[in-house]
Amino acid sequence: MTEPRSTQALLASGIVKRFGDRVALGGIGFEAGPGEVVAVIGPNGAGKTTLLTILAGITEPDEGSVESSGGGVGWVPQQAALYRRLTVGENLLLFARLQGHDDPQAKVDQMLELTGLAERQGDQVGSLSGGNQQRINIAVGLMADPAVLLLDEPSVGLDPAQRARLWQFILGLVKTGTAVVFSTHDIQEAERYAERIFVVADGSGVFDGTATELREAVVTPAGPDGNGVDLETSFLAFLKKAGH
Amino acid sequence: MRWLLLKDLQILRRSPVQLALLIIYPIAIALLVGFSLTRGPEQSTVALYNAMPAGETLGFGGEELDGDEIRNQLCDRVECIEADSTEEATSLVESGDATAAVIVPEDLGEKIASLAGFNPQRPEITVVVNGSSAVENEIVDDRIDAMLAEANQLIAGRLAEGGKQYLNLILEGGDFTIVGQQIEILGLKNTKALLAEVQSEVRDPVQKEKLERAIRFATLATENLDLADPILTAISQPVVADKVEVGNEAPGLDTFAIAVTATFALMFVTVLLVAGSLALEKEENAFTRLTAGLVTRGQILAGKLGLGTIVGFAVVLILLASLAAFVPIQWGRAPIWILAALLGAMAFAAVGAALGAATREVRAATLAAVMLCLPFALLSLVPDDAVGPLIETVITVVTAAFPFRPALDALTGGLEISGPSVWLPMLHLLILVLIYGGLARIALRRF
Repeated sequence: MTEPRSTQALLASGIVKRFGDRVALGGIGFEAGPGEVVAVIGPNGAGKTTLLTILAGITEPDEGSVESSGGGVGWVPQQAALYRRLTVGENLLLFARLQGHDDPQAKVDQMLELTGLAERQGDQVGSLSGGNQQRINIAVGLMADPAVLLLDEPSVGLDPAQRARLWQFILGLVKTGTAVVFSTHDIQEAERYAERIFVVADGSGVFDGTATELREAVVTPAGPDGNGVDLETSFLAFLKKAGH
Repeated sequence: MRWLLLKDLQILRRSPVQLALLIIYPIAIALLVGFSLTRGPEQSTVALYNAMPAGETLGFGGEELDGDEIRNQLCDRVECIEADSTEEATSLVESGDATAAVIVPEDLGEKIASLAGFNPQRPEITVVVNGSSAVENEIVDDRIDAMLAEANQLIAGRLAEGGKQYLNLILEGGDFTIVGQQIEILGLKNTKALLAEVQSEVRDPVQKEKLERAIRFATLATENLDLADPILTAISQPVVADKVEVGNEAPGLDTFAIAVTATFALMFVTVLLVAGSLALEKEENAFTRLTAGLVTRGQILAGKLGLGTIVGFAVVLILLASLAAFVPIQWGRAPIWILAALLGAMAFAAVGAALGAATREVRAATLAAVMLCLPFALLSLVPDDAVGPLIETVITVVTAAFPFRPALDALTGGLEISGPSVWLPMLHLLILVLIYGGLARIALRRF
């Protein structure tokens, strides 16, 4: 991953990924600016996770390039990638050490303050709620002070209250200039939190714009009360129109 | 890598059951093996009914054996229960209180004595066994056969001794008591001397020739019967084994048992721990995060090999230290068996890593570890001479692909100076570390 030539925090172009004969991604371009929140949506098997893992540098693309600004990319997998038998503090300390921080304990303290879980630092991760585990999961992704944070379906399995607290935490990061890119199946979540929506279908980027622009891209019938339709209906109509 | 290793040790510490098992398992195994090495085989219980009249002795060849001696001969080898009748002895066997019963008949002394007489009869004892346990029957049969063989050898020796006394009487002459009457036996040597004396006084050439033939016979008989003594001795013990050991001295059975125990413990603990630990990285989704720029796959593999080597070695050390309470451990050879244990642990850790990387699930890794380890270990224990040359070659080739046999050889050699050479098995272990480590590294590519 190299420094982007533009002012974007993350810039990917011509990304191709094949698994055997199957083309998972067929030449996708993607970008995210500093402090921007981008939702990546699409049907199952569309290539969302593959795109995110390539953007995170975990999977090598067959073709194309990915560039990120200083600070690199933080990766938060869908399921908490933490050691359940270690405590919150031990997990954070391990990853701080692996990141090579000069003062790993200071980084741990910073992350505990950020997540609001300082008082739980002695608890084993396995004993935490799903929401709190996800906060630690994200904190580990932030450990390297990345310019871009990539989250793969971050709110899966969380109840509405936990989800709200999680997004409060993520949006706090955005204020510090961190670009946030997340994949989701929850269209309402994408509409509520993302400034921009990137639609992936059959390995191609088929839409890149705001929720309003997605609605405008298709003509959909009015709702039962005569008002505009929800974004999910527009999204489905868009996919149908695009032949997906 | 050290932080990954520290993390694995922290996780191990967090699992009290696993940690307790790692400490208790080698100690428990050492206790079991230690007790079995220091205790002899359990004695069988045998009911003994001696129907010989009190005070009667078994006399032959001028020597006598009384009832107490018969009893002692038997009860030295088995635990005896005295019975007062054949029925009581049999019921003790039927009830399971005794594994077998030995019934000495009333006329045993008479029949043994008859062996030295002109009308020998075959002495017999009766053995009653309970047929419900095949294994126990086999053990009792073996012990009774051994006792009978010993008794027969004793009787044969004493009969030969008696025979030699009779022959000596025929040769040299002397007094012989039969049915309370003392008879004087002239003896061949005296006969020859008498005949020679008479021959000198006989003038008739025909009579002289007849006496000459009688003297020749007496001379020949005397010379040949002189040979009977060593022949009778030889008959009483026809074959004597003169054991000569060639080649390297084999290690003691205790050393081999200790090495087998240590290798088994090392194998199971190390392979299962490393396979499970590596598969856990996948199950806890940590592998992807770790390899996303934090550490390389090679570093993760090295961390797991380090974990397996440290824990496996610690288990061997605990086991040997516990066994030292029962059997002597050659601490002076510690540098050699420590090196053998470390290399063995490393090789088993590499096998565990390959399994963990290939299966990617803790349960599958555990199952695969057990299914792989047991057959290889058991095959490695098949003695070379127990199978034909073709099967022996197959077993040698197959077991060479797994660290059990070289680890066993290295540990046996490390524990005892007369054991197999340690350097070749150690080199073998090192090669297996590289092979299985390489396989694990390949499997980690698609982990």
